[in-house]
Amino acid sequence: MHDLTPITALGDTEPRVTTYDHITITENDGLALASVAARMGQEAACHAKLKDLLGAVPGPDKAQLHDPEAGFWMGPDQWMIGAPRATHEMLADTLKTRFGDTASVTEQSGAWVTFDVQGPAMEDLCERLCTVPIRQMQTGDVRRTVIHQLSCFVMRREEVDHVRILGPRSSAETLHHALITATASVA
Amino acid sequence: MTQVNRLDGGQIDTDQTTTFKFDGKTFTGHPGDTLASALMANGVRLMGRSFKYHRPRGVLSAGSEEPNALVELRSGAHKEPNTRATTIELYDGLLAKSQNRLGSLQFDLLAINDKFSNFLTAGFYYKTFMWPAAFWEKVYEPIIRKAAGLGSLSLKDDPDVYDKGFLHCDLLVIGAGPTGLAAALTAGRAGAQVILADEDFRMGGRLNSETFALGDQSGADWATETVAELKTLPNVRLMARTTIIGAFDHGIYGAVERVSDHLPASDVGKPRQILWRIYTKRTVLAAGAIERPIAFENNDRPGIMLGSAIRTYANRFAVAADQRVAIFTNNDDGHRTAKDLHAKGIKISAVVDVRPNIRRSDDYEIIQGEVVNTRGRRGLTFAEVRLADGSERILECGALGMSGGWNPNVHMTCHQHGRPTWNDDIAAFVPGGTLPPGMIVAGAANGDFSTAGALTGGVETAVIALKDLGFEAKRPALPQAEDAPINIKPFWYVEGCNRAWLDFQNDVTVKDVKLSHQEGFRSVEHLKRYTTLGMATDQGKTSNMGGLAIMAELAGKTIPEVGTTVFRPPYTPTAIGVLAGRHRGKEFHPTRLTPTHEWAKEQGAVFIEAGNWMRAQWFAQPGETTWRQSVDREVLATRKSVGVCDVTTLGKVDVQGADAATFLNKIYCNAFAKLAVGKTRYGLMLREDGIALDDGTAARLTEDHFVVTTTTANALPVYRHMEFVRQCLFPDLDVQLISTTEAWAQYAVAGPNSRKVLEKIVDQDISNEIFPFMACANITICGGLRARLFRISFSGELAFEIAVPTAYGYALIRKIMDIGAEFGITPYGTEALGVMRIEKGHATANELNGTTSAQNLGMGRMVSKKKDSIGSILSERTGMNTEDGLRQVGIKPLDLNDPVPAGGHLMNAQGPVDAAHDQGYVTSACYSPNLGHHIALGFLKDGGSRLGEKMRLVSPLTGVNVDVEIVSAHFIDPEGDRLRA
Repeated sequence: MHDLTPITALGDTEPRVTTYDHITITENDGLALASVAARMGQEAACHAKLKDLLGAVPGPDKAQLHDPEAGFWMGPDQWMIGAPRATHEMLADTLKTRFGDTASVTEQSGAWVTFDVQGPAMEDLCERLCTVPIRQMQTGDVRRTVIHQLSCFVMRREEVDHVRILGPRSSAETLHHALITATASVA
Repeated sequence: MTQVNRLDGGQIDTDQTTTFKFDGKTFTGHPGDTLASALMANGVRLMGRSFKYHRPRGVLSAGSEEPNALVELRSGAHKEPNTRATTIELYDGLLAKSQNRLGSLQFDLLAINDKFSNFLTAGFYYKTFMWPAAFWEKVYEPIIRKAAGLGSLSLKDDPDVYDKGFLHCDLLVIGAGPTGLAAALTAGRAGAQVILADEDFRMGGRLNSETFALGDQSGADWATETVAELKTLPNVRLMARTTIIGAFDHGIYGAVERVSDHLPASDVGKPRQILWRIYTKRTVLAAGAIERPIAFENNDRPGIMLGSAIRTYANRFAVAADQRVAIFTNNDDGHRTAKDLHAKGIKISAVVDVRPNIRRSDDYEIIQGEVVNTRGRRGLTFAEVRLADGSERILECGALGMSGGWNPNVHMTCHQHGRPTWNDDIAAFVPGGTLPPGMIVAGAANGDFSTAGALTGGVETAVIALKDLGFEAKRPALPQAEDAPINIKPFWYVEGCNRAWLDFQNDVTVKDVKLSHQEGFRSVEHLKRYTTLGMATDQGKTSNMGGLAIMAELAGKTIPEVGTTVFRPPYTPTAIGVLAGRHRGKEFHPTRLTPTHEWAKEQGAVFIEAGNWMRAQWFAQPGETTWRQSVDREVLATRKSVGVCDVTTLGKVDVQGADAATFLNKIYCNAFAKLAVGKTRYGLMLREDGIALDDGTAARLTEDHFVVTTTTANALPVYRHMEFVRQCLFPDLDVQLISTTEAWAQYAVAGPNSRKVLEKIVDQDISNEIFPFMACANITICGGLRARLFRISFSGELAFEIAVPTAYGYALIRKIMDIGAEFGITPYGTEALGVMRIEKGHATANELNGTTSAQNLGMGRMVSKKKDSIGSILSERTGMNTEDGLRQVGIKPLDLNDPVPAGGHLMNAQGPVDAAHDQGYVTSACYSPNLGHHIALGFLKDGGSRLGEKMRLVSPLTGVNVDVEIVSAHFIDPEGDRLRA
């Protein structure tokens, strides 16, 4: 075992949780992520493996909220797969073994910061952040959008007041700041 | 001061009193007042000075079209100039000041301009200030600039917070008058997602200004009741105080919501205003109409207003414009004003109607004639009337209502080049041409001026819009409403008038339009620019039509033949702050931090922005007083032992697929297909035109998996280029791309001891035999953490780049520093990186500057002729391959104490120094602590055969003239022994 201790995207040893009366913003540091892209001519085989893994193949703007692996559509024949990091630290390797030559797999765990935003003002908050039609989105709906000039994914979760936002890790501070200021705006 | 002009009734809360100040004087008003209505209630008519002539001005309108009553609101950094008193919602403690005056509002010294009006007509500045030429910049322009403009800026940072937001709906209804309310009610009850937006703080539009009934209740009460029902519908969003400022592409509308302008101050962290971007499937434009003034001599005195505005002040705000009011009209609407005012006990001096055979009134005098002039120094006292028989009458009045007909608010229909069409029945333009997709216009905005027509129009347009969207809407029962026909005689100006104002805000008169015509500026666009008609912040809402009508008459054309200018967003003046939103100061754009950021700060890093990344330039140590000391130390320590530099910021692109190597062969000019697994190769990308795009490395981790690196600044453009090539040029290749720039923390460990440092943590053998120069591999470190190792060198030293998942980057840099301590490992920043690459002769963005080719860079032979790649064909163009073409060279001073500044140009040792004899230029320069003197890289004509030549490096602008020698670009280790060690 190595002795290197990871830090969160916000630079802390523990995920940061910011709580207000109407919104709680939680840095979710527990996700392992890897992208899966179907190889040319292997789309059907890739879909079959994806279905086997997630229970269904997520279509455009959709996520398959499955346990332990979940996934969402990122582009034509391209998906992001997530799983608990504690049990899936080597997610990309595992997926590559599973998909073989049907897909290209790339580790993405370090590329993203994830914030779980939850509370009664979640929809108001999203309206101040990005152009996603949050009030029309249902559980499992995902949109790629721009928040404070950052390319992000916004995903509606099971609870009606819960949305998950994935943004570029290097701009975690900027994204967190945008969330905090918008939260103050809608209080 | 008491509210001498306050009437009974209205939609104000007289149970509460608010106190405010105007020009330092304290007044009172009531919630529901605007600043304009409260001032008028207090008997204040003079509220500002005009733009050019500094004539006294009062309120003209009761809405956002106001051109006259512009004030500076609030104080200090919160001060906002040119706000319209007619839209400012009164609040306790409001502070307003008149503007555009020298001295007091009563005694404005610049009113002298009015005496020289003959010299200040349209285009005067084109004809004057011509001589002497030198005076323009130093004398005339400063004076004009000082005199120009209306209010003044605080010149302080805006302390308010502004937000942006995004909304989605099925139907956007613009305007909450009878049309908009009827449309929103229809759509809301049908279950559609509806947004109803109105710029006013009270919804209802003209219903709040009129006295007629809707069914068995007043119009205002019907509006209140309808709004109350809409509030109960969860699918309807009511947005008062919200101005739709523009209709943009794809059903997107811009809207500014004034969240706290009606409050003394915003709550902490709360926005003053929000710029909403509204995405809608359909739009009902129910923006109403604006009444037109009539041009007659001296029609701009305080007290002369739009007739409908006088009615609004009386009915909605319970304010009499004066106790004695006259009306000048060409249509029935003027009589409506007189009737309402009379009912409130206000003396009607007379109604002057240009039409013959007008029905007489028992209550007040109605005259057929024209108002030909007015009197009153700082406010109206008398109106001079010419009767139909040619005789004259003098009417005593403190207010005069002008009713020249109504203009439908077509602005929003024109934002995507729709051109309105003329309607003779109402003597006005109505929406025409191509409207923004999904927009339907109803009510007064569509030329349907009756209340019954507005209500029906609102319902029917909503039904049509909803049907398109698959909703079956039921028509609500509508109350019986006023349905009067339009009786109007087009009448724009009084014959013989000159100083009769058309554009009140820009001081444009009938005389100016005549002058424009006389001097040949007859196109409506020329008229606009020559006279500035309609170019003020009100966009000519009350002035354009008068100007067009006069130009039409002078040109012998009809008004539609003259045409209109184009309305553009924003509909009303919009604060720059709300357009910026949160994106200001250090939040102007996102910041990107590497995982070593906090560690670097501890080490004394001085940061620089590079592609939003914060990169350490150098690490200042105690005792170092200049950046050069830090950089020299870092360079020497690295070349002597070992240094470490965070290169996380370099772009990284994962390239996978069966055709990955073929793909790289396309995007790089040099060959990659046969690159062995476990090897890295330097690659040069060309643009289609053969010019160098970017350079970097591609490492082959497995047969079908490469990692491409790009320069920091070009990470995004290169990735975009690669995606374009993949998706559009070679869609038949099996290639998958994804950026991994963020996913890996990467450090360059460079210097003769770099291997010794890394051997302590790398779990595999990295000896020169096993892991030679340009090797790459997936490895593990510290007993199991996955990592990648590349043996590449930008510094020219034995060097490695090691990458770990980003989360471990912080721990790794501390680990490297710990294990490197025995070798004196030194962190180095981008400056030292730059020095070492110049010493080594490596090109970077300074050399790949968008004008240089592989030939120029000395890499012409890299462009493989054995394969096709992007840019390779066009790189063979004759002009890019001349014998004396630019080649990259090294430059050093003959006197080693001299600098060789970047940007200097190379000239022959003898001969003229001018552009015609330019031989080349310096691209990168630095002080080399290893060589002990300055060095530089540059491009020189036929540079390859001029090594050893003595030249002059000149910069005539900065006075540089240094004797230099052309040398090899490789100042350090030209044979490459160090990096292969």
